[in-house]
Amino acid sequence: MKSKIECQKIKKGILSLLFLGIFALAITLQSCNQKAKAAEKDKAISDLSIYNLPSKWTNQNGQNIEMKDMKGKVLVMVMIYTSCKAACPRLVADMRNIEQRLPENIKDKVKMVLVSIDPEADTPKRLKAFAIENKMNSNQWVFLRSTEENTREFAAVLAVNYKKVSPMDFSHSNIISVFNADGELTYQQEGLGVNSDPTIAKIKEEAQKIN
Amino acid sequence: MIQAKIVLFSFLLGIGTTLWAQKTPMVLIKGGTYVPLYGTADKKPVAITAFEIDVFPVTNAQYLAFLKKYPEYSRSKIKGIFADKSYLSHWQSDFDYGKNNLSNAPVTNVSWFAAKKYCECQGKRLPAMDEWEYVAMADEKRIDARSKEAFNKYIMSWYEKPKTYANPIGQTFKNYWGVYDMHGLVWEWTADFNSIFLSGESRKDRDTDKNLFCGSGSVNATDLMNYAAFMRYAFRGSLKARYTTRNLGFRCAKDKVAFVKTFQNLR
Repeated sequence: MKSKIECQKIKKGILSLLFLGIFALAITLQSCNQKAKAAEKDKAISDLSIYNLPSKWTNQNGQNIEMKDMKGKVLVMVMIYTSCKAACPRLVADMRNIEQRLPENIKDKVKMVLVSIDPEADTPKRLKAFAIENKMNSNQWVFLRSTEENTREFAAVLAVNYKKVSPMDFSHSNIISVFNADGELTYQQEGLGVNSDPTIAKIKEEAQKIN
Repeated sequence: MIQAKIVLFSFLLGIGTTLWAQKTPMVLIKGGTYVPLYGTADKKPVAITAFEIDVFPVTNAQYLAFLKKYPEYSRSKIKGIFADKSYLSHWQSDFDYGKNNLSNAPVTNVSWFAAKKYCECQGKRLPAMDEWEYVAMADEKRIDARSKEAFNKYIMSWYEKPKTYANPIGQTFKNYWGVYDMHGLVWEWTADFNSIFLSGESRKDRDTDKNLFCGSGSVNATDLMNYAAFMRYAFRGSLKARYTTRNLGFRCAKDKVAFVKTFQNLR
């Protein structure tokens, strides 16, 4: 008798497990399908555009956006994390420096985008605070975070390498990337405190193509 | 009630078996800790949570089946941002791997994006680099054979062998976990291949790089094993996500489903 009950319990268990398994599988496969469809829909986007990426992001104001929502602007992008004490302050300074040197008449055609490589710690709230602290609080500036996986993928697109080296610290490549209005990578500035002249020239060139 | 349950059960079983039938066998890798040869500050051990990994790399035939379902990843359709020009260049055409390639040879000339997508579409993911290395340090009998001379010699002799990528899967040794082809067939993508630093990095991780390059004595004995690993890490460090090469394939992994826990909760 006892064994019968046990057996029933096990059956019940197996049943639920199977159901759960199939459910989980269905969900993952579905998300895969959706991505494929999303890619198909936007045929106007060029082959090399980052607007092909289906990933979803949250900005410093807690709004959900996709990369393609920024279509039509020149994007100047960098990957950082806000608790960083070593290289990021200089990278951030480089970004600010570039922004300051842009002529006023093209500023509304350019977005300065900082993408967090530490989505766990860099909540929208924290990104907002960081923006205010660093005087990067105008419309020009966009701070983004997403899942770890999307972040890894985006880094792969930018050819930015990063690794968590301790709970609070990451090592990462210091690369500032310029994307044209169609989301194609057109220039990369590598290193810290390097001369930004070519970067700025490229931004101007791309901004002038937008009417 | 019981009848209804039985019907439901067999229905689900039916779905389950058809879904699972097409899948590559996976094995469970028990969790543990180990010190990877590169990539940790202070040589601290890395903790690996239990996960599952494909027993074999993905084959030409399997990849073809995927392309038929997702033609946007075929050779002529894939977007330039996701793969460079040599993507599947050894295949005959979009949906034909040709007579010169075995159906059960590992698929190569695939980009990281394509490999990642393939795994997602199987309900899996690419293994993390630390996971991959954890599985790869096992020989036939030991979880960690990295200090064994014969093991390292085996790996090194593979590096010297040309064109192993044309071989069928499953011909190399079966390791402690029951996994084949971690060494001896092709190099493999990992999810976070882009966490290696060869240049342009920001922080003190530089020490690691010195190890990578100056190889703080890469001629002494420990370091046949470091040399073997060096080759893998340096190779990964040289890759970009859209790159494809003839000797680079992949396999998929999966988080261990918390079956046991669910089961216990039910009781």
